[in-house]
Amino acid sequence: MLGLIASIPYWAQSLLRVLGGIVAVLLPAGTIVYVFLFKMMSFMQSRLGPMEAGPFGSLQLFAEVGKWLQKEDLYPERADKFIFKIAPLIVLSSTFLLVAVVPFGPDAWFTNFEAGVFYALAVSSVSVLGILIAGWASANKYSLLGGLRAAGQLIAYELPMVLAVIGVVIQAGTMNLQQIVVAQNAGSIFGWDGLGNPYILTQFIGFIIFMIAVQAELTQTPFDMPIAESELVSGYMTEYSGFRFLIFFIGEFATAGVFALIASILFLGGWGVPFSWFGWTTIDSIDNWMNVVGPLIMFTKMMLLVFVIMWVRFSYPRFREDQLQRFAWKVLIPLSLVNIMATSVLKVAF
Amino acid sequence: MAKVPGLLKGLGVTLGTMVETVTKGANTVQYPHEKETPPIRARGVIALHEGNCTSCMLCARSCPDWCIYIEGHKELAPPRRAGGKPRQVNKLDRFDIDYALCMYCGICVEVCPFDALFWSPEYEYSEPRIADLLHDKAKLGEWMETVPEAPDLEAGAEKKGKK
Repeated sequence: MLGLIASIPYWAQSLLRVLGGIVAVLLPAGTIVYVFLFKMMSFMQSRLGPMEAGPFGSLQLFAEVGKWLQKEDLYPERADKFIFKIAPLIVLSSTFLLVAVVPFGPDAWFTNFEAGVFYALAVSSVSVLGILIAGWASANKYSLLGGLRAAGQLIAYELPMVLAVIGVVIQAGTMNLQQIVVAQNAGSIFGWDGLGNPYILTQFIGFIIFMIAVQAELTQTPFDMPIAESELVSGYMTEYSGFRFLIFFIGEFATAGVFALIASILFLGGWGVPFSWFGWTTIDSIDNWMNVVGPLIMFTKMMLLVFVIMWVRFSYPRFREDQLQRFAWKVLIPLSLVNIMATSVLKVAF
Repeated sequence: MAKVPGLLKGLGVTLGTMVETVTKGANTVQYPHEKETPPIRARGVIALHEGNCTSCMLCARSCPDWCIYIEGHKELAPPRRAGGKPRQVNKLDRFDIDYALCMYCGICVEVCPFDALFWSPEYEYSEPRIADLLHDKAKLGEWMETVPEAPDLEAGAEKKGKK
């Protein structure tokens, strides 16, 4: 281990990690927007989507970004200008802070926190602040209502998310995301280690709750009450235009990618392959090529999970506000508490 | 939990449509490259058969948008039989339809007593300048070439003009 990474001086490592963070946020966001938002949604509606810009419309995203960058940076006359302008940056910074803790390979990580799970869940709620102040600073009642709805929804679904992850933490016995990956790939199912032990099998209820909560955290469609366009114009984004709207837009899809990465770490075995395939036992015995293959495995798993998120988004109509809150407080939270109890009992029993 | 089968069925519909689009192609056409033929009775543009028009102004008066402009004058035509009185005929000077105003209701076509106005399914006549959407007599006459043959009437329906 560390043969490849340790030979690089510290400043170069830091630079690589900063660049890697930008790539890890923007590359999935662009891919998700093109593959799912432009193409998959079109196919599900029996149309072809953008076809003119580049082969099969693959350069459409650049056209869109160019269009947004040309637009004037407008703000309402009575807006709280400073707050109004930094709000999208706060939302996007939450995404960057979140990706900092995601491991992509045995050495390919940005930071390796002991309490990585705790950090990820804490940082993911920073975006609530951005959304809330965006709604407040716009001096627009639609924005304010959207911001308040978003705050209520994001706080309500934060809880089942945290509680669903606790099941994984109990089973793995660690809060370090890297060690959760190792625990899954080094594990075995009743002595058979051909697949490792991805927690989607043992924590299936936790996985379902986590994915529903992610859907709500991302305000994707069954849970898109905050930006419900038929009643709130565009919620907290109503007054934004140009590159600030673009930042909200990137934030939305980049966060979808990062949440899918975290879900793949917690439930699908992350960057790893089952260690028994190559005779590895601990993280130190892993070959260096996993630092290259690992990110690709992560990307594949991310695309798979984002496919599910987007599939649900394009299929279902929107929840009503009271249905949305009732679903979180009366169904998901009790269910996740039961899941935690069952996990603890089984952990002690085995 | 009772809703789960329905939810899964819904996911199946979207996935099925996606697979169908990828394998069999979309329901849409890529417009500038390939064009759909509009239905034969589509309301694309109104054509004028000038010879039939008597400048009676019925179309202009029935137009809800007042987008038809007609000007005409009376002329004396030679008599039909030798020794008769010269006939008085209405000559059309101007017949314009402003397609920037037209709402394609078709009342003018319905109301015309002499079959001078026809629907044509042609639809590609947008202009960069809004003033160019005012089609004059000559241009409206050109649209006549695109007017399709009237489809056969249903069995038992009376033919127009035959009494």
